Amino acid sequence: MNQFISGIPVAYILGLAGILFSIGVLGVLIRRNIVIIFMSVELILNSVNLVFVTFSKALSHISGETIVFFVMAIAAAEAAVGLALVIAIFRHKKSTNVDELQSMRW
Amino acid sequence: MLDLFPLVVLLPLLGFLHNGLLKDRIPHRFAGAIGTLAVFIPFLITLGAFNEFRPMERTAPHLVPVFDWIVVGNFKSSFGYQIDQLSLYMTLIITGIGSLIHLYSMGYMKGNAGYNRFFAYLNLFIFCMLNLVLSDNLVLTFLGWEGVGLSSYLLIGFDYDKSSAAEAGMKAFILNRIGDVGFILGTGFLFWLGGSLQYLQLQTNLSEMGEFANYANIVALFFFVAAMGKSAQIPLYVWLPDAMAGPTPVSALIHAATMVTAGIFLIARLNFVFLLAPETSLFIAIIGAVTALFAATIGTLQNDIKKILAYSTVSQLGFMFLAMGSMSYVAGLFHLMTHAFFKALLFLGAGSVIHALHHEQNIKHMGGLFGKIKITSFTFLLGTLAIAGFFPFSGFFSKDLILEKAYTYGAFGSILWTMGIVAAFFTSFYMFRLVFVVFFGKDNTDSHHKVHESPWSMTLPLVILATGAVVAGFLQTPHFFLHIDALERFFAPVLSKGYELASLHGTLAEHKSLVHDVELSLAGFSVCIATIGLILAFFLYQRKPSPILEEHTGFRKILFHKYYIDEIYDFLFVRPFLFLSRGVAFFFDTKILDRFFLGIGGSFGVIANGLRRLQSGFIGDYALYVVIGTFCILVYLLTRGV
Repeated sequence: MNQFISGIPVAYILGLAGILFSIGVLGVLIRRNIVIIFMSVELILNSVNLVFVTFSKALSHISGETIVFFVMAIAAAEAAVGLALVIAIFRHKKSTNVDELQSMRW
Repeated sequence: MLDLFPLVVLLPLLGFLHNGLLKDRIPHRFAGAIGTLAVFIPFLITLGAFNEFRPMERTAPHLVPVFDWIVVGNFKSSFGYQIDQLSLYMTLIITGIGSLIHLYSMGYMKGNAGYNRFFAYLNLFIFCMLNLVLSDNLVLTFLGWEGVGLSSYLLIGFDYDKSSAAEAGMKAFILNRIGDVGFILGTGFLFWLGGSLQYLQLQTNLSEMGEFANYANIVALFFFVAAMGKSAQIPLYVWLPDAMAGPTPVSALIHAATMVTAGIFLIARLNFVFLLAPETSLFIAIIGAVTALFAATIGTLQNDIKKILAYSTVSQLGFMFLAMGSMSYVAGLFHLMTHAFFKALLFLGAGSVIHALHHEQNIKHMGGLFGKIKITSFTFLLGTLAIAGFFPFSGFFSKDLILEKAYTYGAFGSILWTMGIVAAFFTSFYMFRLVFVVFFGKDNTDSHHKVHESPWSMTLPLVILATGAVVAGFLQTPHFFLHIDALERFFAPVLSKGYELASLHGTLAEHKSLVHDVELSLAGFSVCIATIGLILAFFLYQRKPSPILEEHTGFRKILFHKYYIDEIYDFLFVRPFLFLSRGVAFFFDTKILDRFFLGIGGSFGVIANGLRRLQSGFIGDYALYVVIGTFCILVYLLTRGV
């Protein structure tokens, strides 16, 4: 297994991915604006992609990169549907604050 | 007329449907006429069919298949009717006496609010009874058997706003159910052994099967239990006296002339089984004799005119079972017919008396009626002479034939005969007690109302029944008087196959041969006994009314309270059962079962109440749950090692 990718240690890249992931999770958990939450989700997905690419390179194996393409395709689809939903909800509620979107509870 | 025969069954059903469905929309007079015609026309058809069937020459039955009902594997049950000597005989009694009683009811029930309902029930009863006797298989017989039970329940509880009537109906229904268990078990056994439920098929199948004799006793016993319930034999007789809560025509029709004789009919129909079961037959004879004696003694001290007749019916049914048990089915069927005449007559006569006295049933409040209601009292007297067994009334011939057959029956013949003759003595005594107190004694009637004779619709049946009660005995007479054996020849085709079957295996209980002189002295003795009963009743109740039977001390107290049988049953069965039921209903069910199941439901409610707080609706909360869950799984996997 290669310890370095383009001269950068794998551990560094994984650390970066971890930081990105945590920021994403934190964003999902504490932000109230639904658009920001969406962006945080994208951040999570990107951090995962980064891990996949890193290991693909380090192990010289193609499957990691393949999965990255899948993830990107699905992320794109999710963004399209998700944003459409966000717009629909905004038209209805005149708000993007998730705390005001809680009609589906008991 | 044989082609028209299905109408015999159909017309009472149509009558029931008509009167039952339109009961609030048709006038009483019309409903009564429809109801009566729905029984009378079948009577005429049956008469025609009887003529066409030529019962004295023909040996094979005439089968009328209507439609298949249940067909599963080799089990087949169909609506089919078997017309032979036995079923024609029963049908004539049912429709003949039935139409007279319908006619009588038109007068008796006049002014009753439930008039149309009454006629609907009566027709339903006739329909069921005809199914019972005409069916060619056990399942349809059972259907009729249950149907008459239902009709009896409906009619006993006819005045359903009186709790005594409703309770009597329930009592009859429940006691009959006990007997019906025997019927079902017997039917199952017969199907298992004989592979069919059709009487004719069974007869041939069983004759080909040599070892059936081994099972015959148990099958016969099951069917006898059924007969015990329906025909009110010890120990299941207690419902019949209570059944007098129903209107009087019902007592006459169902509880004297037809339904209660279904047990006798069943034994006659299954004679090919009973003939192979000598031990059970002996048991039947003993039960019959004991019942005859037991009920007759109770009858001596009762004061309700209908109750006396009810115990008399139980007693006479005992006589019939004595005959069936001693394997002289002709004698039993003979007494069934004569009893149908004179007991229906007596009940209707009693109804006429009750009618005349404005619903007074206690004989202590009657008396001196002989001159006032001439037709009723005269016909009642004829009925009494018949039931007491005076020569040459019908009861004499049939009862004497039974006593004679009992006398010659196997080893216990003389004991059975003695019990029968003592019962006959009591019969004569209590019947003449009734006659003397009601018609001749001191007038104790409530003189506010004028005593009046009943309308013609009630007296005509009385006259016709009285004629029957006098002459019906001449179908079968002993050797010293005319020596007619028409009935024996009439029933020979139905019974002969069973006799062949039985003697084939050498199990026919042998009747000792009887010298003609002995026969004459037996008959003479029984007439003497009846006369003594009459004279005793005359001295105790007429010439110098004696207080001896009015005070109820010692054994008389036991008799007056009917041996406390009702109280004993109440103590032994009803109370423990009620206690148990109450325990189950009000303790076990509410305190234990309900709590258990409600507890399960309630605990889920509590859990759900807690869990629903998780559903806050905040997306952030849900995301946090996901993160916490993921974290937990990760920790678990890391500590445990993948």
